[in-house]
Amino acid sequence: MFLAQRRLCFLDSRAKFLKTIYSSKILGLPTSAKMSLKIINAKRIEGLDSNVWTEFTKLAADPSVVNLGQGLPDISPPIYVKEKLSEIAAIDSLNQYTRGFGHPSLVKALACLYEKFYQNQINPNKEILVTVGAYGSLFNAIEGLIDEGDEVIIIMPFYDCYEPMVRMAGATPVFIPLRSKPVDGKKWSSSDWTLDPQELASKFNSKTKAIILNTPHNPIGKVYSKEELQIIADLCIKYDTLCISDEVYEWLVYTGNKHLKIATFPGMWERTITIGSAGKTFSVTGWKLGWSIGPNHLIKHLQTVQQNTIYTCATPLQEALAQAFWIDIKRMDDPECYFNSLPKELEVKRDRMIHLLESLGLKPIVPDGGYFIIADVSLLDADLSDMKDSNEPYDYKFVKWMTKNKKLSAIPVSAFCNAETKLQFEKFVRFCFIKKDSTLDAAEEIIKAWTRQKS
Amino acid sequence: MAKRLPARRLDGIDHNPWVEFGKMASEYDVVNLGQGFPDFPPPDFAVQAFQLALSGDFMLNQYTRAFGYPPLTKILASFFGKLLEQEIDPLKNVLVTVGAYGALFTAFQALVDEGDEVIIIEPFFDCYEPMTLMAGGHPVFVTLKPSPTGDGELDSAGNWRLDPTELASKFTSRTKALILNTPNNPLGKVFSKAELELVASLCQQHDVICISDEVYQWLVYDGHQHVSIASLPGMWERTLTIGSAGKSFSATGWKVGWALGPDSLMKHLRTVQQNSVYHCPTQGQAAVAQSFQHEQLHFGQPSSYFVQLPQAMWRSRDHMVRSLQSVGLRPVVPQGSYFLIADISDFKSKMPDLPGDVDEPYDKRFVKWMIRNKGLAGIPVSIFYSRPHQKHFDHYVRFCFVKDESTLQALDEKLQKWKDELRP
Repeated sequence: MFLAQRRLCFLDSRAKFLKTIYSSKILGLPTSAKMSLKIINAKRIEGLDSNVWTEFTKLAADPSVVNLGQGLPDISPPIYVKEKLSEIAAIDSLNQYTRGFGHPSLVKALACLYEKFYQNQINPNKEILVTVGAYGSLFNAIEGLIDEGDEVIIIMPFYDCYEPMVRMAGATPVFIPLRSKPVDGKKWSSSDWTLDPQELASKFNSKTKAIILNTPHNPIGKVYSKEELQIIADLCIKYDTLCISDEVYEWLVYTGNKHLKIATFPGMWERTITIGSAGKTFSVTGWKLGWSIGPNHLIKHLQTVQQNTIYTCATPLQEALAQAFWIDIKRMDDPECYFNSLPKELEVKRDRMIHLLESLGLKPIVPDGGYFIIADVSLLDADLSDMKDSNEPYDYKFVKWMTKNKKLSAIPVSAFCNAETKLQFEKFVRFCFIKKDSTLDAAEEIIKAWTRQKS
Repeated sequence: MAKRLPARRLDGIDHNPWVEFGKMASEYDVVNLGQGFPDFPPPDFAVQAFQLALSGDFMLNQYTRAFGYPPLTKILASFFGKLLEQEIDPLKNVLVTVGAYGALFTAFQALVDEGDEVIIIEPFFDCYEPMTLMAGGHPVFVTLKPSPTGDGELDSAGNWRLDPTELASKFTSRTKALILNTPNNPLGKVFSKAELELVASLCQQHDVICISDEVYQWLVYDGHQHVSIASLPGMWERTLTIGSAGKSFSATGWKVGWALGPDSLMKHLRTVQQNSVYHCPTQGQAAVAQSFQHEQLHFGQPSSYFVQLPQAMWRSRDHMVRSLQSVGLRPVVPQGSYFLIADISDFKSKMPDLPGDVDEPYDKRFVKWMIRNKGLAGIPVSIFYSRPHQKHFDHYVRFCFVKDESTLQALDEKLQKWKDELRP
């Protein structure tokens, strides 16, 4: 029925089109353009046009709203990072193109830093690629390595771009949720959210090209343990599967936790792309620099994508980043090193945020890493009756209500789920705590008033 | 890993000619006229704009709006709105990208589908073909052909034309897009209004999208006018106009570009953007916005960079045209862009057997020989042609003249030495 309609529409438009051409020719008038049939998008982007951030960033743009939604710091980057960029911007040659796969001094610094964590040396030219943010690395990895018909395992909730990127590559996402078992008498922690090993094994088959891992995890804040990573590694090796490991929050782990790189597990270097982010490392999300590290037989394909997409990343930013890295590489054991000082600073903010959410009667999940906290907001039993659009999941409505009525914004966690499983997480909302004290103070005021209103 | 790597969309597009020549140019002591970037700094006001972006609000270190930093999309909309005589909405009709390269990629991915045909005019900026292939498209080539020049006369880029009948024959019901580049890289041709009208009428007749790469739009010489095809009747609704801050402000390393077009097309580019890079770096965009403010204030006046730069490059072009002739290279005088191509046929007849692979085009072998023996780097023009046509156009080398006076003097020194070596 639908096909027939489309065919009729096509024929109808074609007839109109021909009629226009014919009459224009007779009158000697230029053919005027009209709504054409061919100006339609490529199939690869079909259904990928909606995006949670566009909607919610707009909502939170109101300056009177305390924005705990989008994951960007409102704290200043470290002074030396800003200073380096200023110095570098004055150097003439750094205003022109640099090496496409990564500015030489930057790939060198990255190799030097990450070699400390891997058993092997890292070749800066063959085993590293600098990209437009970690987002760009994800894109290059997926476009370079994932084909139509492949399956890619995505762990839910997931950073929202994984699904559309996999679909854009013509592949099928296969989802597996993290499941939680809150323990009575103990604070609900991100480590309580785990993958069922049997369930995970059932998702792998001969078509599984890759699994996307995110540790520390956005939005839950889970830091995968050695045992958990071993289970994933064993399956990757058994099924000859790639691992795309999104480790942008690698430095942001809190007391009692350690970030582990799956690429360092036996048999994993040759099948893993490890992704990092300058934005998250140095609190400079607007620099949009990220990197992929892996064996040359994988990285070379990401490099091919790079030379056919953006070719090269901005030069002055890469040089400044290299210099910032050198400063901190030299003092990795020093508490002043940003890789150490930032998580310390954030742990305090995390604890403050947990306390605030608890005071509101919520049960937040204490993150072991990252800079987000999720909490089940249905306990608040907010009156959302005035929110239109009843098709939206609960958390979407809640966030819109909270932004409008409480001037506090957050992000609905069902945005990090696929269409079929949105309901599993629709009671959860994500709060970002990499915010300056005054922002958290303002959030505290709102929450205190809200608490008073409830009692 | 036993599984097939890479993804099939990378088939045939992994080779990168630039890597080879870039490497060679850095290994030898050469005057590098190969890759297209200025070896002089951006204008002061642009450098200051960047400094301002870095020392101002520290929140410029964080994400901005994904489709473009608002002050930048605003100024691009007003600046190009005037030029194209079109109402341009900063939110719906402007997308900021990672260089013009990023805009091209985004356009191809958004609009070119498996089996779609894309008409590419040869010689072409080399990424058009692999980008078409990566999108599953089928490139259809049509060649600019030079008419014979009189004895002793220099060839001109304007002399290279499309045959209208041949061009029309390239359009089929599968043609999705035509990619136009004016001023053209590597030839330096500036398409005339009449030539654009021909392209426009065919695009409209066949309902084809025009992707217009206009990165060198300010760099026109000899009084030639750059015309944006989007400004012709009936074309705005089917054209994407691509520009570059790198080329506009001599700051190629900032990697800020843009696409302008109707919302019906732009919305699809936005979908690709949000699923590929999502945001572009904020501070570079702030610097470009500020730089455009400067240009808007000075537009059309002698103090405008878009007036000063082409005037200065016109002189550089003339200098290079004169100099190259002294050793028997025969430049094709460009009407615009950063580049000229020089005919090396005389060398091909005098030294046909330069070292190289058996199927390596002559111009590639010549460039390698020139780098090794004459201390001069250029780019073989055959890389800007489709594989089957390379053997017909293997007798040109591309040189970039957007260089500092000292570089042109160094060029003269190398050429003098070369000339001395030519004497029997």
